[in-house]
Amino acid sequence: MLPLDIDALTGCLASSACLVTQTTSGFIIGMLLFLVAVGLTLIFGVLKVVNFSHGAFYMFGAYFAMTAYQLTGSFALAMLCGAAGTAILGLVFERGFMSRVYGADVLMQLLVCYAFVLIFDDVVRMIWGPEFKSMGMPAAFQVAPLFIAGGVVPPYYLLLIGVALAAAAILGLGLARTRIGKVIRAAAHNPGMVSALGINTGLIYGGVFALGGMLAGLAGALAAPVRSLTPGMGFSVLIESFIVTVIGGMGSILGALIGALLIGMIRSFGSLGFPLFTEGLMYLFMVIVLVSRPTGLFGKEVA
Amino acid sequence: MTELPADQGAQALDVPQPHVKTRRNRDVLIALAAFVVLALLPMVFSSKFLLDFVIRCAAYGLFATSLNLLIGYTGLTSFGHGMFFGLGAYGFGLMMQKTGVSVPVAFVATLAITFVTALVIGAICVRLKEIYFAFVTLAFQMLIHSTILSWVSLTGGDQGLRGGIPRPPFWGIDLSNHLHLYVTSCALLVIGLFLMHQIAQSPFGYTLRMIRDNATRASFIGIDVWRAKLTIFVLAALFASTGGVIMALFVSGAYPEFAYWTISGEGIFINMLGGVTTFLGPMVGTVLLLILNDTVTRLTEYHGLVLGIVILFFAIGLRKGLMDFVIEWYAQRRDRRGK
Repeated sequence: MLPLDIDALTGCLASSACLVTQTTSGFIIGMLLFLVAVGLTLIFGVLKVVNFSHGAFYMFGAYFAMTAYQLTGSFALAMLCGAAGTAILGLVFERGFMSRVYGADVLMQLLVCYAFVLIFDDVVRMIWGPEFKSMGMPAAFQVAPLFIAGGVVPPYYLLLIGVALAAAAILGLGLARTRIGKVIRAAAHNPGMVSALGINTGLIYGGVFALGGMLAGLAGALAAPVRSLTPGMGFSVLIESFIVTVIGGMGSILGALIGALLIGMIRSFGSLGFPLFTEGLMYLFMVIVLVSRPTGLFGKEVA
Repeated sequence: MTELPADQGAQALDVPQPHVKTRRNRDVLIALAAFVVLALLPMVFSSKFLLDFVIRCAAYGLFATSLNLLIGYTGLTSFGHGMFFGLGAYGFGLMMQKTGVSVPVAFVATLAITFVTALVIGAICVRLKEIYFAFVTLAFQMLIHSTILSWVSLTGGDQGLRGGIPRPPFWGIDLSNHLHLYVTSCALLVIGLFLMHQIAQSPFGYTLRMIRDNATRASFIGIDVWRAKLTIFVLAALFASTGGVIMALFVSGAYPEFAYWTISGEGIFINMLGGVTTFLGPMVGTVLLLILNDTVTRLTEYHGLVLGIVILFFAIGLRKGLMDFVIEWYAQRRDRRGK
């Protein structure tokens, strides 16, 4: 019943060229997912809410970047616009709406996010139109691809992986070493205490939401040259990054990184061996992790 | 230790059995009356639009009320309940198209498929804490949706099940006749609501409320929380699937949108709109949402935008459903008058 193509998979595993190509493609899927998922997991860790509209930030990042690129022609500025625009959006969204439902039950939080998924998708449709858009590869990266062990690797992929890894490193070190990082971790642990020490927790919450939104926006901006843009593009990314956080463990940055790379590889190699069952493979993996370790690979017991 | 003779022990608790029986009789009467009123409706208003509206209410109402069994009664915020709606529509449609069995057989077989699927998915999900439960059910919904999209040879992919669903007459009922379809949908709705009300009022229903309020305490007094949650998850799935069957019969097909996550989102919104504290709240919510949907689609193409703003008004402005609001208002007024 299920279309299997094991020959294609084993054939690829035997050839170094195919192996390199598929691994790179797995890496870029994984890295984009990581940027979205780490924001999701960070927001959950500190604010204890799952931002169900997180995919919309990814979408806005891509659209902002496309518009900025079309207006200025500068790729760096496009990335900046994607990230900064969604950061502001995240701050407004958290302070204006999400902060009103912290005390309420999950149902209310889901509903507010559901409302915004609907609104954001329609806003994008209004501004940019319902059809597929593409940003196009910036001129600076329209160069001959690199050949590594016979596999084709476009230079843009390397930039994408590099930027995502840099973001991961800055985020990880920032949370572990800086004063702000310490305050954020303290707020995740005991917001009442932090607030009693004279720190504005509202500001921390807004800031963390903005940071999460910014990371998703950056992912969208990075993806804009290699993906087609459409209203609703954020939703499948949201589901996948949620699977990533479930696998890695909610609230764990390392878990998000490992989970994202695993999902990236499953998608990349799965599309060879099980073309119609790639998504199913992801879910299967999630179920296995959930059944064996309900809090995820790197999740803490109390979540 | 000597055993006490049966009649010397503590008095058995006076369980009000007759009361239960009269209440069930009353429910039967109400159900019958509701069915008679609905069935006689075409004699008074013969507008096809109204009958279509009632059929859609039956499909979504069963779905939304079954979701309330999970959200309102058990505290399980499922964000993937729509998968069973889609499963019902596709299961029934495929059964009728591919195997040529009679309608009742296909209906029962669809329920059997739903039962098995819900049992497997539920067994994985109900153990999870609330936000995990919400998202993992959502993830399964998307898995079913993407399976429908990619398994083109069976499901027709994004085109849906086309070519119409054959509806051979059975027991003197011809579902291709609009009036017969209407009466059958009403019957399914009334029977479904009656059964769900019996579940909600049964001792099991009260066990569910206890799990919602304090799962730890429930497990201390010997309730198998996991089994109770799984049972209601499967039961709710069966009613949602019945809603899907009505929908498939109504449109004579099945489309991927029936299994898309927005159906689950709408179901949650219906519950919010009608309120989860009353049994019939979701039915009120269904009627309101369908009227809202029909009006909004007629007025603007930005349907999501308007719906989103309405949802925000309820979630952030009112902070409760309409029925909850009305009931609280009524109770306050009565209290004031009492003083």
